Amino acid sequence: MTFLSYLISGISLGSVYAIIALGYTMVYGISKMLNFAHGDVIMVGAYVCFFATFRWNLPPVAGVLLAMVLCTILGVVIERLAYKPLRSAASLAVLITAIGVSYFLQNAAQLLWTSNPKVFTSVVGNGSVKLFGGQLSISVIAIVTIAACIIIMIALTWFTGMTKMGKAMRACSEDKGAAQLMGISVNFTISVTFAIGSALAAIAGVLLCSAYPTLMPTTGSMPGIKAFTAAVFGGIGSIPGAMIGGILLGLIEIFGKAYISTQLSDAIVFAVLIIVLLVKPTGLLGKQVHEKV
Amino acid sequence: MKRISKTAHSNLYTYGFVIIAYAVLMLITATGGISSSLKGQLVPICAYVVMAVSLNLTVGVLGELSLGHAGFMSVGAFTGVVACISLEALIPLAPLRMAISMVIGALCAGMAGALIGIPVLRLRGDYLAIVTLAFGEIIKNIINCLYVGTDSRGLHISFLTNSDALNLGEDGRVIIDGPMGISGITKISTFTTGIILILVTLFIVLNLVNSRSGRAIMALRDNRIAAESVGIPVTKYKMMAFVISAALAGAAGTLYAMNYSTIIATKFNFNTSILILVFVVLGGLGNVLGSIIAAAVLTVIPELLREFDDYRMLVYAIVLILVMIATNNAVFKSMLRRVLGKIRPSITKDVKEGP
Repeated sequence: MTFLSYLISGISLGSVYAIIALGYTMVYGISKMLNFAHGDVIMVGAYVCFFATFRWNLPPVAGVLLAMVLCTILGVVIERLAYKPLRSAASLAVLITAIGVSYFLQNAAQLLWTSNPKVFTSVVGNGSVKLFGGQLSISVIAIVTIAACIIIMIALTWFTGMTKMGKAMRACSEDKGAAQLMGISVNFTISVTFAIGSALAAIAGVLLCSAYPTLMPTTGSMPGIKAFTAAVFGGIGSIPGAMIGGILLGLIEIFGKAYISTQLSDAIVFAVLIIVLLVKPTGLLGKQVHEKV
Repeated sequence: MKRISKTAHSNLYTYGFVIIAYAVLMLITATGGISSSLKGQLVPICAYVVMAVSLNLTVGVLGELSLGHAGFMSVGAFTGVVACISLEALIPLAPLRMAISMVIGALCAGMAGALIGIPVLRLRGDYLAIVTLAFGEIIKNIINCLYVGTDSRGLHISFLTNSDALNLGEDGRVIIDGPMGISGITKISTFTTGIILILVTLFIVLNLVNSRSGRAIMALRDNRIAAESVGIPVTKYKMMAFVISAALAGAAGTLYAMNYSTIIATKFNFNTSILILVFVVLGGLGNVLGSIIAAAVLTVIPELLREFDDYRMLVYAIVLILVMIATNNAVFKSMLRRVLGKIRPSITKDVKEGP
């Protein structure tokens, strides 16, 4: 029974990582940049939801929607102001800019909302479902998180595979020049990708803080790094890869904590990552790119 | 012939710059013209300069992105301090003990570099970056669970327990106390030690870059497959650059740790790695003097902005973004070149297009 409950909390934590990793991987796929500010968008989303529901007493659903809308705007604005001027620059320059944006968001959050931790109350309450005569208890938030992750996964697969915009996205990530010649607006497509990624980050922020209720300006950075790891784990640029990577990472973290050592859980996660990359150098589902001279 | 003398010239400029900066700062310190908070920053600046120059070897010269340079600094800091405390009775002379500790720190960090160098040889680009990031986090995590003590019988090491498990004798002393890190360090780092370390680092890095090996490493950066096809052994040269870079970071770590009475593993986290990467990128990839200036200026500026307290990091972030856009945006760059070209036509000739 304890194994089962660890399994469920692992999948639940992994689902949060997967939702964040989707944002990383989509942005990477289309603009080949590591968006280090993504973790801080999570934090902004969680703060917006916190103020909406606990200060202004809006219903939780409205809070989540408001967080999604504001994060979407934030993501698009960041892309337009900071990343768009560097579209043709070296990837390292874009990386440093992303780090600058990350510093900016963290420090702006500290000024606006102070560094005192806020206690985030779960948007779905603290209830739990009892199974097997009370032996196994699953918190509602875990169920909601896993469900949200599955819905997002299905929706994204449909979106990228079936819709016109999704096809444009895949075209842009394959060859921007050719996509433009086919009449696709590359700038608009990239903006939409950032918008979707940021909206997912808002959802992830709310889910993360519902499960782990301390909210600080630095809340987003560690899950951000972990999700980035998850995206690489699954093969960066691949949407199913991000999903699998996220859930595996969550499972390794929870099982590592439960059966090996609490203190070493991060080291275990990262060690597994290194071993996986040694065996499969482009991640689990990554494409092997052949180099030509 | 002319080309060789040109590199020798620019190398001399770099050494001269460091020595003059040292002389000027010593003079200002002697006359008391420097605030105490800035004076306390002198050794960390030296450590950051060494970190930036050594990271430049990996990122600028070898062309591989590393996000875990602070991990090597951490290895060097902890092994160096342990060595220094254990040798306290054996070598009473502080500068000598400091030098030996730095060598030990550098050796241990170099070994860690060789260890992480193995995956480096298989991975490329962002996958390599994530492995270095992971490595930095693993080091942080392991040192957090490490307990080391010393007594008359020698060193005692224990993992994942607590300081009681060390079984120290009567005269024992706990050196690394898990998450509490090392406390009670005798501060024997001085500005002079720092400058000497910078000069040694410059000597190693500049000589490497201008040697046959250095040219091989740069050939790997510019085109790996072409370099391989003319017989350059990829493994050997990548490993060489990586291990040297790690060892220098280790020495910098020892220098840095010896400047504080307490040091904890979480100090050397992802943010520290990023900070040093920012120095390297702003200083210019492959440009050693640029790294030195960027590391010094960017460490001092937040200190000078102390009075704006809350806003200083916000300003820092905005300046960072603006500088990156200004130096990398094609439109802005050509505009800048036109303006500069009107004043001094020679500048436009010197500007080379990046790859």
